[in-house]
Amino acid sequence: MAVTTQPVQTERPATGRVTATGTRVTRWLAVACWLGAGWLLLAGLVLSPPDVVQGDSVRIMYAHVPSAWIAYLAFVVTAVSSAAYLWPRTRSLTWDRIAGASAEVGVLFMGITLVTGMLWGRITWGVFWQWDPRLTTTAFLFVTFAGYLAVRGLGGSHEQRARRSAILGLLAVVEIPLVHFSVVLWRSLHQEASVLNPNGDVQLDGFMLFTLFTGVLVFTLFYLWLVLHRQRVLWLQDHHDDSGLDEALSARRAEEGTP
Amino acid sequence: MEDLGFIAASYVLTLGSIAALARWTLRRGRRLARTLRREELPWT
Repeated sequence: MAVTTQPVQTERPATGRVTATGTRVTRWLAVACWLGAGWLLLAGLVLSPPDVVQGDSVRIMYAHVPSAWIAYLAFVVTAVSSAAYLWPRTRSLTWDRIAGASAEVGVLFMGITLVTGMLWGRITWGVFWQWDPRLTTTAFLFVTFAGYLAVRGLGGSHEQRARRSAILGLLAVVEIPLVHFSVVLWRSLHQEASVLNPNGDVQLDGFMLFTLFTGVLVFTLFYLWLVLHRQRVLWLQDHHDDSGLDEALSARRAEEGTP
Repeated sequence: MEDLGFIAASYVLTLGSIAALARWTLRRGRRLARTLRREELPWT
C-alpha cells in the first residue's frame, strides 16, 4: 500500500480568524494607526499648550484641521483615479473602485470636519452654525460628494457606474480651491489659514505645529487603511453582483431548456 | 481645562466614527467573501 508523504491541500475559506480584506501590510498599518491615535490624544489633550487667545479650545484643531486636509486629499485621489479610468490607455475598474473608496472615506473625514468645526464654533463664536462662506462651501463640498456616492449606487453595469461617477468626480473636485480660499475671497467669520496661507507665514507654536502634523500623519494612515479595505470590499461587491447575474442567467437558460 | 465637554466630544466623535467605518468595512468584507476561497482573492 502506497503511503503519500505530501500534505493534503484543503480549501481555505476567505473568512475565518483573519479578515477577508486584510493582509500583513494592513494589519501592521492598523497597529500604527491606533498607536498614532493614542499619541495624538496624549499630545493634543495633555502635552500641547493652550492658545493665548483661544485657550484650551484650540485642542479641537488637532482633529479638525487634519480631517479637512485628508478629506481634500481623498477627493483629489478620487478625481485622479476618475481621470485614469476615463483615459483609454489606463481604463480599468480598479481605478473606479479606488475612486469610490476614496470618496467614501473623504465624506467621512469631511463630516468629521463639519462636526468638530461646529463644536469649536460653539466655544469661540457662541453658535454651532453660521452661513459663513467657509462653512457653507464646506457643507456644499460634503453634499456634492455624498451625491457622488449616491450616483455610484444607481443601477446599470459596472462600466456605466464607472463612467458617470468618473465625470462627476472630476467636476466635484473643482470645489476644493473654492472652499480653501473662501476665507480670502469673501469676508468670513472663520479664521484665515494658520499653516497653508498664501504668505507662507506659519503662525503656530513649535509643539502645536508638531502635534498638528502628528494628526495629519495619523489621519493619513487611517485614510490608507480604510481605502485599502474599502476598495477590496467594492471588488467583492462587484464579484458578488457578477456571480448573482451568472446564476440568474443559468437558471433562466435551464428553464427555457437552452444550453 | 475649559470647555472639556466640547473638546472631548470632538475626539470621541472623530475616533469613534473612524472606528465605526472600520468595523463595518471588515464585517461587510467578511460577509461578502463567505462564498470565496482565500486563494481567489486577488490581494492574497
